[in-house]
Amino acid sequence: MPERLVTLNNVSVRFDGPPVIDGINLTVNRGDIVTIIGPNGAGKTTLIKSVLGLQRVSSGNIWLKPGVRIGYVPQHLVLQPTLPLSVRRFMMLTGEAGDRCQQALTRTGVGHLVDASIHHLSGGEKQRVLIARALARNPELLVLDEPAQGVDINGQAALYELIRSLRDELHCGVIMISHDLHLVMAATDQVICLNQHVCCSGRPEDISADPAFIETFGQQVAESLAVYHHHHNHQHNLHGDVVAGDADHRQHEGCSGHGAH
Amino acid sequence: MLTTASMRDAVAMALIDSILDDFFWRALIGGLGVALVAGPLGCFVVWRRMAYFGDTLAHSALLGIALGFLFQLPLNLAIAGTCVSLAVVLVMLARSRTLATDTLLGILAHSALAIGLVTLSFMPEVRIDLSGYLFGDLLAISRDDLAWIYGGAAVILVLLQRLWRGLLMATIHEELARVEGFPVERLRLVLMLMFSLVIAVAMKIVGVLLITALLIIPAATARRLATTPERMVLLAMGIGMVAISGGLGLSWFADSPAGPSVVVAAFTMFLLTYSLVRQPRS
Repeated sequence: MPERLVTLNNVSVRFDGPPVIDGINLTVNRGDIVTIIGPNGAGKTTLIKSVLGLQRVSSGNIWLKPGVRIGYVPQHLVLQPTLPLSVRRFMMLTGEAGDRCQQALTRTGVGHLVDASIHHLSGGEKQRVLIARALARNPELLVLDEPAQGVDINGQAALYELIRSLRDELHCGVIMISHDLHLVMAATDQVICLNQHVCCSGRPEDISADPAFIETFGQQVAESLAVYHHHHNHQHNLHGDVVAGDADHRQHEGCSGHGAH
Repeated sequence: MLTTASMRDAVAMALIDSILDDFFWRALIGGLGVALVAGPLGCFVVWRRMAYFGDTLAHSALLGIALGFLFQLPLNLAIAGTCVSLAVVLVMLARSRTLATDTLLGILAHSALAIGLVTLSFMPEVRIDLSGYLFGDLLAISRDDLAWIYGGAAVILVLLQRLWRGLLMATIHEELARVEGFPVERLRLVLMLMFSLVIAVAMKIVGVLLITALLIIPAATARRLATTPERMVLLAMGIGMVAISGGLGLSWFADSPAGPSVVVAAFTMFLLTYSLVRQPRS
């Protein structure tokens, strides 16, 4: 029996005009990775802010596991340059012990930056520090708002891989928003296609065939995703872990594999 | 019969007494107390971009004085009360978002100042030295004021120390702080109350028009030298104290107005720091 972390029951949020999100039902269990995709203005951020308690819901209700520890990775960290802040100090503000913070930074691959100024980090480094911060608090539920924004394309794939492996280690639930349809599909169990309401949801390989998905994102995107998943399964069957680190090679093999079909 | 220890105490007391009898020393001691709290609060003003907000509260202090005379309240209490009320009104109006915050602040700041001045003009029996309130007045610091300053400073420093992690986190990223369980709204209110208190006590030293300068110039100077928020706070305290001492010294010897002299001293340090010290790495 999976452990339920959060359940949204017919949740709507409206400001002045029409609802920003409408009648959302969603459950996230421990160990799930749920990715929310959708066009701009679809209410993705509103949805996760409701889960985080940052946004009051207009109707419906949100159940959270009592005392659930949430790790939040906000969309992009805009910091006042007037506030001098090192990575170490930023980590310590979680209230966790120093070695725990250092471990978390090392785990997300930015352990060497502990003494750097947070103002001098690249987009990818900042995201990893933010994830480390969430990690240090030992979250049961990890909520990420476009974690790969401002990260170069190689870094993006690595970042999603990191999120997936953290899920495996912590056995936490993950909710994330993403625009990078191709990349995120490989690292997710459930996709929610949001456009005010839930257009469709399901496993990534199923959803790209869903008419509602095709309507929202267009035929081309849906097809390219279907092809992508084909690649992914294919190369995985052929090579397993052996070529896991060799992105170029994998991609090449995937393409030729697809061509053979 | 007096023991040596109690004689020593008596001598010390007499010394302290004579120091407190001297208005210059009272001003200096009071000013140093103000610098102690202006340092950390000034850092928050700089970090949260609240300079104009500080100005608005300071302007309302004059309204507080007028109301204090009108209702015969203790002035410090009236000033602090007015600042707190205005701060609460500001937070509520800013939330409704009908006007841009800077417009709102501009309207409230100058209206509060104007209403204060008009109200005072209707009370001819009240004879106050307006320029003393606007620019600070060395002679105006009484022993009561010193008690207010150090009492207020103690409350503020204890609060800052207790709430430090939450205040800092809410300043860095409000939503992150909220998700991590800090009571962000309440912390903001506490910060506003601390501002009101420091404005009420700093007014005698530097005057209504220059309080914001005492808050932000030492903090901005400290930014150049600091690599952590805590160091910036300590440096801002130190720089504020030097500015107070230098400014009051200038005021004493050159007979210049106290508040402007303090600000000139602070600004000189700011210029020196920015021209001589290279940007630190953090």
